[in-house]
Amino acid sequence: MSVDQNTVRHIARLARIAVREDELPALAGELNTILDWVEQLGEVDTKDIEPMTSAVAMSMKMRDDVVTTGNLQKEVTANAPGAEDGFYVVPKVVE
Amino acid sequence: MSDLTKLTLAGARDALKKKEFTSVELTKAYLDAVEGAKALNAYVTVTADKALDMAKASDAKLAKGEGGTLEGLPLGIKDLFATKDVLTTACSHILDGFKPPYESKVTSNLWRDGAVMLGKLNNDEFAMGSSNETSFYGPVVNPWRRKGDTTKIVPGGSSGGSSAAVAARLCLAATATDTGGSIRQPAAFTGTVGIKPTYGRCSRWGIVAFASSLDQAGPIARDVRDAAIMLRSMAGYDENDSTSVDRPVPDYEAALGKGVKGLRVGIPKEYRVDGMPAEIDALWTRGIEWLKAAGAEIVDVSLPHTKYALPTYYIVAPAECSSNLARYDGVRYGLRVEGKDITDMYEKTRAAGFGTEVRRRVLIGTYVLSAGYYDAYYLKAQQVRTLIARDFTEAYRSCDVLLTPTAPSAAFGIGEKTADPLSMYLNDVFTVTVNLAGLPGISVPAGLSSEGLPLGLQLIGKTFDEETLLRTAYALEEAAQFNAEPAAWWRA
Amino acid sequence: MQNREPRKEDLIKGATGDWEIVLGLEVHAQVTSKSKLFSGASTEFGAEPNTQVSLVDAAMPGMLPVINRYCVEQAVKTGLGLKAQINLRSVFDRKNYFYPDLPQGYQISQFKNPIVGEGVVLLDMPGGRTVTVGIERLHLEQDAGKSLHDQSPTMSHVDLNRSGVALMEIVSKPDMRSAEEARAYVTKLRTILRYLGTCDGNMEEGSLRADVNVSVRRPGGPLGTRCEMTNVNSIRFIGQAIEYEARRQIEILEEGGKIAQETRLFDPKDGETRSMRSKEEAHDYRYFPDPDLLPLVLAQADVDRIAASLPELPDEKKARLMSDYALSAYDATVLVGEKATADYYEAVVKDGSKTRDPKLAANWVTVELFGMLNREGHSIETSPVSAKQLAELVDLISDGTISGRIAKQIFDSMYKTGRSASEIVEKDGLRQVTDSGAIEAAIDAVMAANPDKVEQAKAKPALAAWFVGQVMKSTSGKANPQVVNEILARKLGLSSEG
Ligand SMILES: [Mg+2]
Ligand SMILES: [Zn+2]
Repeated sequence: MSVDQNTVRHIARLARIAVREDELPALAGELNTILDWVEQLGEVDTKDIEPMTSAVAMSMKMRDDVVTTGNLQKEVTANAPGAEDGFYVVPKVVE
Repeated sequence: MSDLTKLTLAGARDALKKKEFTSVELTKAYLDAVEGAKALNAYVTVTADKALDMAKASDAKLAKGEGGTLEGLPLGIKDLFATKDVLTTACSHILDGFKPPYESKVTSNLWRDGAVMLGKLNNDEFAMGSSNETSFYGPVVNPWRRKGDTTKIVPGGSSGGSSAAVAARLCLAATATDTGGSIRQPAAFTGTVGIKPTYGRCSRWGIVAFASSLDQAGPIARDVRDAAIMLRSMAGYDENDSTSVDRPVPDYEAALGKGVKGLRVGIPKEYRVDGMPAEIDALWTRGIEWLKAAGAEIVDVSLPHTKYALPTYYIVAPAECSSNLARYDGVRYGLRVEGKDITDMYEKTRAAGFGTEVRRRVLIGTYVLSAGYYDAYYLKAQQVRTLIARDFTEAYRSCDVLLTPTAPSAAFGIGEKTADPLSMYLNDVFTVTVNLAGLPGISVPAGLSSEGLPLGLQLIGKTFDEETLLRTAYALEEAAQFNAEPAAWWRA
Repeated sequence: MQNREPRKEDLIKGATGDWEIVLGLEVHAQVTSKSKLFSGASTEFGAEPNTQVSLVDAAMPGMLPVINRYCVEQAVKTGLGLKAQINLRSVFDRKNYFYPDLPQGYQISQFKNPIVGEGVVLLDMPGGRTVTVGIERLHLEQDAGKSLHDQSPTMSHVDLNRSGVALMEIVSKPDMRSAEEARAYVTKLRTILRYLGTCDGNMEEGSLRADVNVSVRRPGGPLGTRCEMTNVNSIRFIGQAIEYEARRQIEILEEGGKIAQETRLFDPKDGETRSMRSKEEAHDYRYFPDPDLLPLVLAQADVDRIAASLPELPDEKKARLMSDYALSAYDATVLVGEKATADYYEAVVKDGSKTRDPKLAANWVTVELFGMLNREGHSIETSPVSAKQLAELVDLISDGTISGRIAKQIFDSMYKTGRSASEIVEKDGLRQVTDSGAIEAAIDAVMAANPDKVEQAKAKPALAAWFVGQVMKSTSGKANPQVVNEILARKLGLSSEG
């Protein structure tokens, strides 16, 4: 599996990172080098092996259904590049 | 009064208790040292006023014979830890100006115990790097230099600000984080001690996330005792972190000095990698001899999937980071570059805000999770991760702790490896296995390279057996008698 | 998917022949919890923007999710109510996409291993027909925030109050074949959720929203390409959206076109659906297990405990009402539509060991009471006439104290004044006259006044009804109609014993 410039353009779009056209060849090259290298995992027999999704062998603790926080409008919008009347403000979203 | 910054954390603690000097005096000595060490670029933010306020408060407590385990002791904080109302950027342009309205759990624990914050320490952008060269605020310079050479050397990464600051005596100890070796490798590169505890030992709440299943906080300190004291304060259960483990925190310092008689130390043969420099091999052999001489039993063990750890890591970590970094979108905090519509704004903001290495990893991670590739990359890597963890379980049937080198070489020059990501990634070849398996690991300075740069040995412990790890590290430290110091060339 | 014989009345006539609609629904039901799925912020509706937002909901760097036990239990409860498989081990995944009301850049949801597996919902359709709709799964996930687009011409405003609220996504199999069935499905699901108390079912406040997957095919033929109508927020709109969308697809297909699989938005203003540009881009959500969370493991004992706490559900209640009270399927279905209605009915019909006439009680609840509640804009919960009061009225009818006709008049008065039935009967003198002497006198008076009619009635017995009416009128409706009939028949020489 190797990525071409179209693929790089596509994943950059998925990741919402603008990439200039002239950056594509070098990026494709770098990504291919890394992907070629990680593909050595193909050598490992992983038939019937459970994937390890967590580094702790326990099940999840749960919290009680109580309201413990709120009224942080000022705090959660204080760092926002765009905020107005308690809302976050962003360029228009077209639906 | 001699130079207060010469003391260890334990030494300063004891002296403060005996009122030999005040926390304000100690803190001022450190602020002066920081002021004079701009050339190292270890700090990105200095909180002098806050430090002095905290020191004053500590002095009031100490005067009454009160205070916590770290009362009045000045520390440096890696910029990955959220500090309330203090600029926190993970050394990324995308978090420009971000002042969190909250304090990370780990730093809260330190302040609870009386510690004093000197400021925020430089690190690789979002902790992605092994040399502290990816920081938006520029590289950190290692206080160590090669013999007769003024080439600027990297301090390791991603906790390069922490390792450099501790080595250059710009703080008594520092917080750090380790996702693939980011505590242990910089410690090895700077002649300091760094411990990454078991995954789940320290809360991740309030630490800017890189790869959630691998990230773990720990200290970088002058010696093993200081590391033990720091870890005890940083660690602990946190109900706000679902991956935090609810078990009591032992008095790690009390575990030191118990010796290693009868302890079985495993030597994993797969860590003798191709092209390993002879001096690293020799250092490892010396470490084995030291522990044997101290009464440990040396056992040969096998960790057959070791060579797959690094490729596994470079799938898992980028995948998690691609998702963890999606929140940096110019909406709620940090940088925004305006665009013609929302998507354009996102794309421009993230292009401008992320550096080259972060962008590379986000793209790799996006790719390996994308439709059609998930099974081949991500699922496969998580399966191999299971095998890597199993290797350790198997090995621990015949030993209590493992001994390996920390890094495959001594620190290198700034700029020497930035052009070749793969050669940079290889720095973590001995450390990533530990993160993948969730185990504790520690790096102890054990000697100097032929060029005069520090080298470290790594000990790997069983899950939640930091006490054995620290006890063995202490024995290693006593045998190594590493007391070389960098010449203070940076002092302004 | 079920293989059902297509029903003629469900088919849509096109220019080139008949078409069958195939429908599957994804219903998002908000869990009735006080706090959010992964944070301690309140879920209350209608607060000021961004006031019910925790640091976790705002996706501040380093913030971590911690799951709400109550939400997990409600999902299990709902799964049990849907007769579904409960998975003792489930996993939370991240669904990655960018949108300003999705602060983390991902939604925490369940993808590969949901908490609830396959189940079933039965639909009671008109004419006694039952449709079985398979449930594919139920999973827990976070709601997104809200973007307002009409505050400014160039900017959108984002409110994260809803961000992180717990939703149960209930996915049906594509087992429905008409808008009517889809409406019945959502209605039934809503009923079940309200019985369980796991979701308030309030569609106006968005507590219950449906994504409707519509495709068309030749009757019994291979499945067509489907389009998803997202977030349709009323049962009426669901019907409209399906009908519009099916016609749109048929038109395209009949003109030789192809259906593009896409997400569409139903606009209630013009009754049309249109493509959503923002969601059109490649759906590549890059699902993977959320590394901030651990597998959710339930003990069978906990599931058993929840199962034991389950209330009687509408299907069981319906069956019981039919067997205990010999009610028709229709009456029983109407009564169990809301738990409060069924409870009300049972309080009317049953009084300790005493059982009232179930059919009479059912009529009074479903016809008279419902009619009045509708007209007056009340609900069963706010009914001015309590079940106990209505029961008294039913008793007065049953023991002959009042006639059915007078009873309606009394009920009106009860509803408006809050007085009890017996009080009205006594004060207004509405007791039914069963005294045969008094009735006979009234009949004699009418007969005496209309000798011609008497003769005609003797020849044509159907005319006796005219006399009944006259007698009722002269007694202000208080005469017992049965007694009037008997005496009248005797006097007109119509009865056998006469
Ligand atoms: Mg859906
Ligand atoms: Zn959903």
